Amino acid sequence: MHTFAYARPTSLAEAVALLEAHGPDARVLAGGTDLIVRLRDGSATPAVVIDVKRIAELRPGIRETDGWVAIGATTVMTDVAADPLVRRHFPALAEAAAVVGSVQIRNRATIAGNICNASPAADTAPPLLVHGAVVVAEGPGGTRRLSVDELFVRSGVTTLARGELVTAIELPIPAQRIASAHVRRTRRRGHDLASVTLTCGVDAAGVTRIAYGSVGPRAALVTDETGVLADPAATDEAKAAILEAVFAGASPSPRSMRAGPEYRLAMLRVLGRRALAAAIERLAAGE
Amino acid sequence: MVETYPIEVTVNGRRRALEVAGHHSLLDVIRDDLGLTGAKECCLVGECGACTVLVDGRTVDSCLVLAVEVDGAEVTTVEGLAADGELAPIQRAFLDKGAVQCGFCIPGQLISAHAFLAEHEHPSLAEVQEGMAGNLCRCACYQQITDAILAVPEGER
Repeated sequence: MHTFAYARPTSLAEAVALLEAHGPDARVLAGGTDLIVRLRDGSATPAVVIDVKRIAELRPGIRETDGWVAIGATTVMTDVAADPLVRRHFPALAEAAAVVGSVQIRNRATIAGNICNASPAADTAPPLLVHGAVVVAEGPGGTRRLSVDELFVRSGVTTLARGELVTAIELPIPAQRIASAHVRRTRRRGHDLASVTLTCGVDAAGVTRIAYGSVGPRAALVTDETGVLADPAATDEAKAAILEAVFAGASPSPRSMRAGPEYRLAMLRVLGRRALAAAIERLAAGE
Repeated sequence: MVETYPIEVTVNGRRRALEVAGHHSLLDVIRDDLGLTGAKECCLVGECGACTVLVDGRTVDSCLVLAVEVDGAEVTTVEGLAADGELAPIQRAFLDKGAVQCGFCIPGQLISAHAFLAEHEHPSLAEVQEGMAGNLCRCACYQQITDAILAVPEGER
């Protein structure tokens, strides 16, 4: 493995100072399920690896305060998937966290790491987009809150500035419940990266939010306010026309080894219909 | 110049003070420094599960954990499953069901199965398959492995 200096700050200020001093020569280590692979294969060669798991402000845990659910940056997927607050208010996020990698990966991989890697295939990105999640970032200039939508640029690139790190992810508990469902397509069930990952959320006002990933450089969020998608009585034809517009932004890479672009685009439509049907059913059932 | 870091870690119930290189994985240290060769080095990307160990009671791929990260933690390897010379129930079940061919993946399979049963009192076949998806067996003993997991008597899970 590539050699590096290991730093284990215990305070947020210390971590920010290290990140600011080393800039691109530093990499943040949370769960390590992506970073350690890259340190080994040489695709990441940082001079300093900053382990953020002993910083009090980033500690794992999921808490409800003032109408928001805050997920500590180092909370692992296993705990996100099992959390009663997440399951009640953001069911698609629990479902997505439950299908990341294997048990071993989910016991280690963090939610902040999943989105900070900015992989187009990140499974928690679509549910976080649909549920309007906000990233809390601490940096040399203080605390900044930005939506997950504002965080992603393209694969491996976020809008976090030099010296900034994510301390928590916050989700608003909506006044009007968003019933959501997450679905994905993989080569092998149980343990694989997604060929398509998608979340659909509907609310009683008829607004439908669909977010999808692994079919372009970043996960995308599209909102439909016509009410047609969320309407259980609308025809498949009427819905198909709107779904075509929803998926117009998909542009899968022809170079990915997991699935060809034609397959991904076809599956995107299948998964979109399935997730929409599941979300509508959940809304009706009050789940 | 490779930097080293002092860590204290409890491995299979025994407290150890070690000096580890920053870039050495937990797997490197348990195999090469501690001589516990049950956990295997195989894919090194978190696909196969041959290196599975418990860290603070949870399964991890030890090839994807730096040794320095487990400072203060409790680690259990397959060598720690048997107590006082008595095989753990899951180990007996693997023997009874013949759930071993070449054996290479078995230490990881046993650790995953042990942790799975600790959290699932009445598992279904589908739950076993999902829970064990992070452990590959190239001999394809999956049928015997799932049989063994489901055969562990309820009181011994």
